[in-house]
Amino acid sequence: MSRSEQFSHQTVCGRLTGLLVGAFFGILLYPAMAMAQEPDSTLFRSDRINALILVIIFSTAVLLYTRWAKQGKPLFIRKIAGLDAIEEAVGRATEMGKPVLYIPGLQELDDIQTIAGISILGRVAKITAQYETPLVVPVRYPLVLAAGQEVVEQAYVEQGKKDSYNKDTVRYVAGEQMAFAATVNGMMMRERPAANIFMGAFFAESLLLAETGNAAGSIQIAGTALPEQIPFFIAACDYTLMGEELYAASAYLSHEPLLLGGLKGQDFMKVIIAICILLGVALVVFGVGDQFVEFFRHQ
Amino acid sequence: MKTTVPLIIAFLAGLAMVLSFFSGPGVPVVRDISAEFLIWSSIIGGFSFLLGVVSITRVNWRKVAARQHGWGYNLVTVISVFVMGLPALIPAGWLPEGMTSLAGRNAGSVYDWLFVNIMTPMSQTMFAILAFYIASAAYRAFRTRSTEATLLLLTASLVMLWRVPMGEALLNTITPALPDFINTYIMNGVNLSVQRGIIIGAALGAATMSLRIILGIERTYMGKG
Repeated sequence: MSRSEQFSHQTVCGRLTGLLVGAFFGILLYPAMAMAQEPDSTLFRSDRINALILVIIFSTAVLLYTRWAKQGKPLFIRKIAGLDAIEEAVGRATEMGKPVLYIPGLQELDDIQTIAGISILGRVAKITAQYETPLVVPVRYPLVLAAGQEVVEQAYVEQGKKDSYNKDTVRYVAGEQMAFAATVNGMMMRERPAANIFMGAFFAESLLLAETGNAAGSIQIAGTALPEQIPFFIAACDYTLMGEELYAASAYLSHEPLLLGGLKGQDFMKVIIAICILLGVALVVFGVGDQFVEFFRHQ
Repeated sequence: MKTTVPLIIAFLAGLAMVLSFFSGPGVPVVRDISAEFLIWSSIIGGFSFLLGVVSITRVNWRKVAARQHGWGYNLVTVISVFVMGLPALIPAGWLPEGMTSLAGRNAGSVYDWLFVNIMTPMSQTMFAILAFYIASAAYRAFRTRSTEATLLLLTASLVMLWRVPMGEALLNTITPALPDFINTYIMNGVNLSVQRGIIIGAALGAATMSLRIILGIERTYMGKG
């Protein structure tokens, strides 16, 4: 990142952070204002105050850790074997002269898992560009196609391999779930990719894809935040990223302190949640936990 | 400019969604704005389908033109896209009496016939194949090569027995408390607690990622960084 880019990014980031914090405090003032209002003209959903408090604590933790990371404080991030294996898988594909198949899930671009999948695709594309390994990215939605093409092209440009970029690397194959699975299964059996990477939201087709890839003899790395699909991936893939690891992948692969700070903020929040669970259990055991439990009830 | 403008749009859109979640009926403008954003995303998504048609046609037609291995399948794909797509886009009212079934998506139309008689059975077949894949995956997962795999095999066997009427009847003959035990301690105990752990972690991960996107820290989804 150049100095001017750094400056503009920091300026934008700082101003946006200020705006966000300001907005949160603005919302906090709503209940007081709302008390003078009629019930049907409430400005703030007071039944969601629990969510607001947690959002503020969480956002503060993430922003603080990001700030510390930017200042150069060392942050320990545990190793994620599945992500360390990506480069190895691409290396294997290069040696074999076979393509890498990457699927960014089967959801639309407005799904956060798809965005995570697209982010990881950018990192994977950089590695494939570096080794000049063929990359195939079948997608289910046109918006994901557009975003995927943009990300892959940018990765090739950044690696100085613009001429190696093929516009059909990211391709739309089918809009229907099982038609998509059938098409990708066909690709796997015909082209025999050396590595299959599944990152994003998957549903009933998860096992269809992973088992076919397994039968084709590919190294398989999967990641999803849907607990129902994780067992299928574990059974059929070599490495599986579970839940939060999918969202952490982009930051983990980038090694950027700015992104890694967010992961530490997330860990801090997990500690807070664990403390709340233990406290809740203790209070309920002694029969005084009704209000505490009520605070965490979803509205 | 190419980076800053999308960042600002992402921030404003994200902020609108956050504010709409917390705002009450007294500020309808916030809800209206967030609803408007959702409508825009649907419209943009609809228009973007043209990108998909161009992509699928170009990729497949190139293989047909080069007579690559399996080009017949690519030709079938291209023909299928247009045979199903074009008649569905033409309103049935545009055609003369007696030919209305060639257009539109109503019952009895060409599109409907292809969907009901070809698309649906093929999807169902794909879904049915899943049963065989589950069997092969289960075989690999349940091979008793470690303590964990053995535990998994025993637990899964108990749960599968309990899930089918004949199995439940068999478990009842051992002790009537056994099905309840499986439900309470395995499904709603060990299984649910692990699932909740994953869900809490995933929710925090999603929230962190959302925050990174809203604040412009995460820009890889735009091909930057």
